Amino acid sequence: MFGYYLDLAIRSLKRNKVLTALMVIAIAVGIGASMTTLTVMHLLSGDPVPTRSGTLFYPQVDPSPLPDPEHIHKPWDVMDYRSATDLWNAHRADRQALVASSALRLTAPEVNQPPLMAQMLSTTSDFFPMFDVPFQFGGSWQPQDDQRRARVAVISSDLNIKLFAGANSVGRTLRLKDSDVRIVGVLAPWRPSPQFYDVRGGRFSNGNTSGFYSKPEDVFVPFSSSLEINAGGIQWFTCWSSPDPNVKIEDSPCLWVALWVQLDSAAKVDDYRHFIADYAAQQKSLGRITRADNTMLCSLMQWLDFNQVVPSDVRLQTWLAFAFLLICLFNTVGLLLAKFLRRTGEIGVRRALGATRGAVLEQCLVEAGLIGLLGGVGGWLLTLLGLALIRRQPVEYADLLHLDTAMFLLTFALAIAASLLAGMVPAWRASRVALGLQLKTL
Amino acid sequence: MQIQPILAALRRHRLATILIALEIALACAVLCNACFLIANRVGLTHVDSGVDEASLATIKLTGYDDAKASDLNARVTSGLRAIPSMQSVSVINQVPFGENIANAGITLDRAGQQFGGVVDFYMAGPGSFKDLGLHLVAGRAPQPDDYQPLSDIFPLSSNVVVSRTLAEHLWPGVDPLGKEFWCDKFHFRVTGVVAHMVRPGAGEGGPSTIEWSVFTPAQPGPQLSGRYLLRADPSQLPRVLRDARAAIATVAPDAVVDQLQSQTITDLRERYFRQDRVMAGMLLGVIVALLLVTALGIVGLASFWVAQRRRQIGIRRAIGARKIDILHYFQVENFLIVSFGIVLGMLLAYALNLLLMTQYELPRLPLYYLPVGALMLWLLGQLAVLGPALRAAAVPPVVATRSV
Repeated sequence: MFGYYLDLAIRSLKRNKVLTALMVIAIAVGIGASMTTLTVMHLLSGDPVPTRSGTLFYPQVDPSPLPDPEHIHKPWDVMDYRSATDLWNAHRADRQALVASSALRLTAPEVNQPPLMAQMLSTTSDFFPMFDVPFQFGGSWQPQDDQRRARVAVISSDLNIKLFAGANSVGRTLRLKDSDVRIVGVLAPWRPSPQFYDVRGGRFSNGNTSGFYSKPEDVFVPFSSSLEINAGGIQWFTCWSSPDPNVKIEDSPCLWVALWVQLDSAAKVDDYRHFIADYAAQQKSLGRITRADNTMLCSLMQWLDFNQVVPSDVRLQTWLAFAFLLICLFNTVGLLLAKFLRRTGEIGVRRALGATRGAVLEQCLVEAGLIGLLGGVGGWLLTLLGLALIRRQPVEYADLLHLDTAMFLLTFALAIAASLLAGMVPAWRASRVALGLQLKTL
Repeated sequence: MQIQPILAALRRHRLATILIALEIALACAVLCNACFLIANRVGLTHVDSGVDEASLATIKLTGYDDAKASDLNARVTSGLRAIPSMQSVSVINQVPFGENIANAGITLDRAGQQFGGVVDFYMAGPGSFKDLGLHLVAGRAPQPDDYQPLSDIFPLSSNVVVSRTLAEHLWPGVDPLGKEFWCDKFHFRVTGVVAHMVRPGAGEGGPSTIEWSVFTPAQPGPQLSGRYLLRADPSQLPRVLRDARAAIATVAPDAVVDQLQSQTITDLRERYFRQDRVMAGMLLGVIVALLLVTALGIVGLASFWVAQRRRQIGIRRAIGARKIDILHYFQVENFLIVSFGIVLGMLLAYALNLLLMTQYELPRLPLYYLPVGALMLWLLGQLAVLGPALRAAAVPPVVATRSV
């Protein structure tokens, strides 16, 4: 029967082309708008390390010596050097990486190019295996390089293309500010969304968080070495008292180091939670900090939520698009009602010949579904158009946008579901037509 | 025109009537709020920066050795001043709509108990106050001996100029001249107030804090170097900026020009508000599409009703109704349905506004948006129904004598 109903539906749609076009356009526009914004939401709110984000955690202690009797402050977003390195040195997690970034002048002595300003990430060797960072050539530096302050670096695929035309540059030299480092690894293209390990300060950003979606740094250098290379270039997050520029940043009253840890089981997470609480208590007894009970251990996704990484404009657009889809649906309900009730005579005949109410309902829903499918095709094309338009906007995440398979399928699923939902009331009304009355008017 | 029979007829088409009314209600809610959001965004982009934007440009250098910063300042300022039609060059730490460099929390007492808010500090060398073109409304402009050397971050004690908005926030209703504030150990005394002075980027407090800025006169040195404010005649400015970028290669080969930040202030402003303009454009697109879809829905359903009532229309015409009566019937019917939708829509608009207020930095929806939105929807409804109503009016009385 489904084939027959489909045939009937196609005939019916052909009979009143204007009404059909109106309904298809309404669904297509509604679906196009909501799928465009939903795709942006999906790409921006996704899991940046899908393989193991559940095991990645962000420990925080509050190193500020200022009292906070009312407990109104959460710990600051990053830590001071002492707290972060104490936790890192304890090696209580399965893997752990310190993270700080800075800008510096970069040249490649063997390449004839003007110097450029590059972003450098100071981190430790666990960073690469912990975050599943893919390598194109070479690999990470070794844990002993972190201790030895080795002058080594890993560079991004983009920088490798810019400086070395994409060739294997392992073993070549870069000049970072005034120091030479040897390249030990080149990353394959790597574009986590968001750039999660640098996410901080979202609660102070007033919803303008598109900066969290910028590209990863160009150069990765062992943390200890980077302090010798570019300590002056490091920007602190904030300070609890004004820093003295003659004091090294390691000893300054400033917050600038983040720590990420990998904890493979729930028991280890509990242990680690206790460990940082104990650490804070011990530091308090030493008189270094005052807010010992102010510690946090967020998982990666919790940390992203805490920072509200999805820009507020994007959330607003999504709300708006769905309100719009709702209006398009009301519109479709009205038009379908008109369409079905215009055919009451025809339905009366079918009912008189023995079709059950269910069969009439089914027939109407097939027609509604077909409209949904056509609307879905239009919606898909409009989604592609919408994404192309957003890609041309000057936003950090523009290059991330594409329609993946899941979203492609969702476009059609949403279109058909929406049209069936819209068709439900009109179809029910059509199946309830008073039989005798309709036959009499014929 | 009797409304009674129209209401009676609508009661027979309860479902379709409710649908159109709901559609209108939703459209009303989204329309009012979207218009309000647009007005807000556009309002943001018109903020008065207080500086002489058209005559100003900036050059930012990075990558140089901190130890040679003072030397760099001297080389760059004298090198840039030599450019033809350059009116003046001064050292500054940040410019309006450029990147945000120096914001800090201030307190109104030395002990640091009474928090004043997080404000932006423009720190700039001699000449910069005049170059910026800030409009003084009280007190005096910084004098030559106000330009103090920096002690780490700020001068230990300085005479500053604040914006009127900040002065009213810190000392409401009181003359701000001579008032003091502190940031850690640093002391500031207000000696002047300017009409407007926008901060580089809106801070934590959102759009209402956009003018919380302090102009701190300072001597260029290692902590104040690398960014230069250029002033030239607006017609010459693009060429002057181009020449300035070229000149950096010869006077400061050891530094890297930050291309993105080295722009005219007009261009920086354009880029700063681009996102807001894009958003406003998108909202406008949504409004147009929304009105179009709503109109199409009304056209579709009205056409259906006209077709359905063809016979009744014929009978009415046969027993004496004029064409204009039929036309009015459908127009009044549409007016009633849209009015019903609007009443519901106003409540929805208000609810939606409350929801948006909790999620975003938005003020309450001004009440005049509601009648304006209602008027638009009434107009839209009448326009949409006109076609089908004219078709209904054209139904000849003879239809009454025919069976369908």
